[in-house]
Amino acid sequence: MSALRPDLAAIAAHVAPGSRVLDIGCGDGALMAELESASGCDARGMELDGALVERCVSRGLSVVQGDANIDLANYPDKAFDYAILSQTLQTATRPDLILDELLRVGRRAFVSFPNFAHWRTRAALMFGGRMPVTRALPVSWYETQNIHHVTVEDFRDLARMKGAAIERAWFFSGEKQTGAPAANWRAEFAVFELSR
Amino acid sequence: MAVRVAIDMGGGLPQFAAPMNAAPLSKVYSIPHPLPLDSGQVLEGAEIAYETYGTLAPDASNAVLVCHALTGDQYLASPHPITGKPGWWERMVGPGKPIDTDRHFVICANVIGSCMGSSGPASLAPDGQPYAMRFPVITIRDMVRGLVALLDGLGIDKLHAVVGGSMGGMQALSLASNWPERAARVLVIASTARHSAQNIAFHEVGRQAIMADPAWAGGDYYAAEAKPDNGLAVARMAAHITYLSEAGLTEKFGRRLQDREAKGFGFDAEFQVESYLRYQGSGFTRRFDANSYLYITRAMDYYDIAEEHGGKLADAFCGTHARFCIVSFDTDWLYPTAESRHVVHALNAAGAKVSFVELSAPHGHDSFLLEHDQLDRVVKGFVE
Repeated sequence: MSALRPDLAAIAAHVAPGSRVLDIGCGDGALMAELESASGCDARGMELDGALVERCVSRGLSVVQGDANIDLANYPDKAFDYAILSQTLQTATRPDLILDELLRVGRRAFVSFPNFAHWRTRAALMFGGRMPVTRALPVSWYETQNIHHVTVEDFRDLARMKGAAIERAWFFSGEKQTGAPAANWRAEFAVFELSR
Repeated sequence: MAVRVAIDMGGGLPQFAAPMNAAPLSKVYSIPHPLPLDSGQVLEGAEIAYETYGTLAPDASNAVLVCHALTGDQYLASPHPITGKPGWWERMVGPGKPIDTDRHFVICANVIGSCMGSSGPASLAPDGQPYAMRFPVITIRDMVRGLVALLDGLGIDKLHAVVGGSMGGMQALSLASNWPERAARVLVIASTARHSAQNIAFHEVGRQAIMADPAWAGGDYYAAEAKPDNGLAVARMAAHITYLSEAGLTEKFGRRLQDREAKGFGFDAEFQVESYLRYQGSGFTRRFDANSYLYITRAMDYYDIAEEHGGKLADAFCGTHARFCIVSFDTDWLYPTAESRHVVHALNAAGAKVSFVELSAPHGHDSFLLEHDQLDRVVKGFVE
C-alpha cells in the first residue's frame, strides 16, 4: 500500500472489500493489484496506452485497451460497485460526459484530479503570468495531456449540476493529507467519492 | 509432385507419399459416438489426430488446448512430418516458453475437415473410397465438437486455458460460448467473432481457383495421377497476401527483380514478390489437401457466433465465468482491431472478465506467428 500514490491509497482504503471495481485510466494497474490482493475485489481496468495495458495483462490483471471517451458506453448500467477515475478527468474530451458514464456504470464513483486553484498554481499565473508548471502540474502547456483544468470548486459545481452526491472527499498537498477547509487553496490533489 | 492422400480409417494415420523425415505420426483418438453436425448430418467414426506436450496433472487441472489456424495442424511444438520444419508455434510453446510445458499439459489437435490425420474429405468413407465432396460440410462449432470429444476422451473436464490465433481464435471463442464450463481462460489472438464479407470474398477466390483446376475433377482426384495443385497454389497465393501487410511486403520485396538485372518483357516470376508467392503456393500443395481447403474455408465463412445466439454477441457469453484475453495487431487487415473490439464490447456487456490489447507489429495478420516480445509477455501473463 505504501507504494501507491496518495490519491490511490485513499481510494484503496475506502473501497469495500469484495467489490466489483472498474478503474478507468488504470495505468500500470497499481491500484487494481492492491484492490485484488488486499481487498479481494474483482477489479477491471481500462487504459489507453497499449504499453501500460501489456504490463497490466502480463501481471495477470484484466485490462482493456480503450478510450474512456468512447468505450465506457458498452458497459451495462451499475455493472460495478465502484467506477474509479484517477488523474484522468482533466484529460477527457468532455469531463462532464465521462462523469455521467462513471455514475451510470458504477453505483459509486471515485474521482481524483489535480486542483488548478492550488495557491502555487495561482501564484505562478498571478506573478509569472504564464501557464503554471508546478509539482502537481509538471508539464508545459503545449505538451500536457491536461486539456480541461479543473478546481475543487469547479468539481463541486459539476457534481451538483449532475445531481451527484459527494459522499466523502480527501485533499492532499504532496504526500500529506490536508483539511477540507480552504481546500481550493491548499490542495494540490483532490479525491471525491460520489453517488447518484 | 507427391501429395499425401488416402487416410486409412483403421489406423487413422495419414499416408505420406514422401515423408521428409522420420518424425513420429500423431496419436489418434476415435470418437466413440456419432458426431452431430450443424448441417443436421452426423459424422460416424470420426477421428482426431493430436499431439501433446508436457504432463497432465493427476487432477487434470493443467491442460491447455491450442487451436490451429486454417492451414495449421497438430504439430504445434514438434517437427512437421512432411516439411521437417519446426512446430508452427515452437517459439511460444515449450519448456520455459510463454506456454510452459514444464507446468502445463498442452494439447493441439488437427481439426475435423483437415488432412493431417483427423477425419476430412481425404478420409475413407464407409464404402472404402475417399469421401471427397461427400464429406459433410462442417462449421467451426463442429470442429470444436470434435475437440470437446477429444477432451472427454483425455479425461479433461475443464481446461486451464484454450488458446488460438486466427481460425484457432474462432475455435476458442466457439468453445467459450457453447461450452462455457470447459475452459477457465480464453486467449484469442488476431481473430474475430464473425467472418466479414471481405473475408468470405477472399475465400471464394481461393475456392474458385481450386474448382477451376481441371485436375480438381469435382473433388474426385485422390486416385488420379494429377492433383489440383495449380488451383490450390493460386488459392494459397491469394490468401497469403491477406496474411501480410502492404508495408511488410514493400519492406521485404519492394519492386526488386528476381535473378535478373532488367525487366524481361514476359510473364515469368520477374519480381521477387511473384517468385515468393509462387514458392509459397507450390510449397503448400505438398502438405495440404485441396478439398480440405474448400471445407475449412467454408466452415470459416459460416462462422458468426452472434448468429448462433439469437443475433446478439453479448448473449453468446452471458453468465460465463471464464477470463478472456483478446489480442489484435495494428497492421492486421484480415481480422482488424475493430473486430477484436467488437468481441471485447460484447464481453464487457456480458460482464465477463476481459483483457484486450492491440499490439504494434509490421507484419499484418501473420504477426501472431512471428517474434514479438510483447505478445510473449501477454500470453505468459495470461496463461500462467
